[in-house]
Amino acid sequence: MSFLSYLISGISLGSIYAIIALGYTMVYGIARMLNFAHGDIIMVGGFAIFTVVSTLGMAPLLGIITAAAVCTLLGVTIEFVAYRPLRGASSLAVLITAIGVSYLLQNLALLIFGSNARQFTSVVTMPGLKLAGGRLSISGETIVTILVCIVIMMSLTAFINKTRIGQAMLAVSEDRGAAALMGINVNRTIAITFAIGSALAAIAGALLCSTYPSLTPYTGSMPGIKAFVAAVFGGIGSIPGALLGGIILGVVENLSKAYISSQLSDAIVFSLLIVILLVRPTGILGKKINEKV
Amino acid sequence: MKGKKNKILIQNGITYAMVILFWVVIQILSAAGHVSSLMKGLLVPLCIYAILAVSLNLTVGILGELSLGHAGFMCVGAFTGAFFTRCMEVSIPSVGVRFFLALAAGSAVAGVFGILIGIPVLRLKGDYLAIVTLAFGEIIKNLINVMFIGRDSRGFHFSIKDSLSLGLEEGGEVIVKGAQGITGTPRAATFTIGVLLLLLTLIIVLNLINSRTGRAIMAIRDNRIAAESIGINITKYKLMAFSISAALAGMAGVLYAHSLATLAATSANFGYNKSIMILVFVVLGGLGNIRGSVIAAIVLTALPELLRGLNDYRMLIYAIVLIVMMLFNSSPKAIEIRTVFMEKIRRKKSESAAKEA
Repeated sequence: MSFLSYLISGISLGSIYAIIALGYTMVYGIARMLNFAHGDIIMVGGFAIFTVVSTLGMAPLLGIITAAAVCTLLGVTIEFVAYRPLRGASSLAVLITAIGVSYLLQNLALLIFGSNARQFTSVVTMPGLKLAGGRLSISGETIVTILVCIVIMMSLTAFINKTRIGQAMLAVSEDRGAAALMGINVNRTIAITFAIGSALAAIAGALLCSTYPSLTPYTGSMPGIKAFVAAVFGGIGSIPGALLGGIILGVVENLSKAYISSQLSDAIVFSLLIVILLVRPTGILGKKINEKV
Repeated sequence: MKGKKNKILIQNGITYAMVILFWVVIQILSAAGHVSSLMKGLLVPLCIYAILAVSLNLTVGILGELSLGHAGFMCVGAFTGAFFTRCMEVSIPSVGVRFFLALAAGSAVAGVFGILIGIPVLRLKGDYLAIVTLAFGEIIKNLINVMFIGRDSRGFHFSIKDSLSLGLEEGGEVIVKGAQGITGTPRAATFTIGVLLLLLTLIIVLNLINSRTGRAIMAIRDNRIAAESIGINITKYKLMAFSISAALAGMAGVLYAHSLATLAATSANFGYNKSIMILVFVVLGGLGNIRGSVIAAIVLTALPELLRGLNDYRMLIYAIVLIVMMLFNSSPKAIEIRTVFMEKIRRKKSESAAKEA
């Protein structure tokens, strides 16, 4: 029974990773850049909800909507100010700029909210489930997280395959130059990708802070890195890959925390990444790129 | 050809002279009593970061592979060095000799780690290589945090649980205490030793770059397939550059270990953020530009400390400076504006020269 409960909470953690990884993978697929600041957008989302719900005393739903709006705006602004001028520059330059943005967000949060951990009140009001005569209990947060992840995956897949904007995203990620020739506004498509990724980060922030209710300016950075690992794991640029990578990562992390050592869980997760990448250099579901001479 | 050689010699000479001048200035200032205690505490870290930046530049700038695990190699070196110094307390009583041998041991072990990690990792490319090196750095940090090593009359004992399960005899001592790390390393690192090690690093790296090996490494960076087709052994040269870089980082780690009384592997010390910080030095100093790395490391390490008066705002300013500098340096538009501007100045100069004639 305890194995099952570890497994389920692992899937829940994995769902959060998957939602964050979506933001990484979409941005990477389209803009070919590692958005290191993505993890910090989660933290901003967390603080937005904290401000609305705990400080102003409004409804949790309003908090999530505000957080999504703030993060979307933030994502688009960051893209416009910091990343758009660097389009065409070396990927290393973009990476360092993203790191700069990450420092900026962390230190802004540090100035506004201080370094003390804030107690986050869960936005989930659903009661937990007790199964198998009370031996297996699943918290409301776990159920909501998994459900939200499924809904997001399905709607995102539908969005990309059925709408014009989604098709434009696919076209830009396939070949930016050709897409521009076909009359697709590349800059706008990239901005929309950032908006979606950041809104997802806000939702991930709400779920993350509800499950692990302590909020500091550095809350987002480790889950951000893990989610990035998940995205690479599943094959960066692939949406089902992000889901698969996130879930595997969450389950492995939780099980190794429970059965091996809580200190070594990160090492185990990272070793798994290395093993996978050595066997499949572009991730589980990644496309193989042939090198042309 | 000879002219080019002379030019390289002069350029390298300037780099060495700069470091020596820096040392002389600090010596004069401290003799005159103008160096504050804050600045004094900063001198050894300045050397450490300069060595790290130069060695990372070898991987990122010269070899052209993005590594985010440099702090991991530093960590390996630091713990090897500190462990060596603590173990040899009885057999080698002189602190100086022990420190010197610890430097050699730390670099050697970090270099071996560089080869071991490099063999699988260097098959990957670009962003994948970056994330795997980041993963390795985190793994090293995590493993050291659960490691316990003790010693008694029967020899060494090793455990990954706690110090009790080492099963030490009476009188045995625990040397590596997991998350508490290693305590009691002598604080032998001085600014002069740091500068000497920085000079050693510079000599190794600059001579490597201007050698046949260095040209082969740069050929791999510029076009791997072309380099392979003219018979350059890609794996060998990649591994060579990577492990030398790792060994030098290990040396910086030993220096770091000997500038502290307690060495523990925390995320502030050896986490990926540290690797990123070193990468920032390298990129801002200029990829492949060794002198730039030294200057960037010194300026960017000193800057947040000198801005301490601004308290909470200093890291914010640092972040903004970083973003603005990257935009100014690398954005295609900024580069275009700069070239147009430089062109205008040049034209004005030639016009005025023509008038005078």
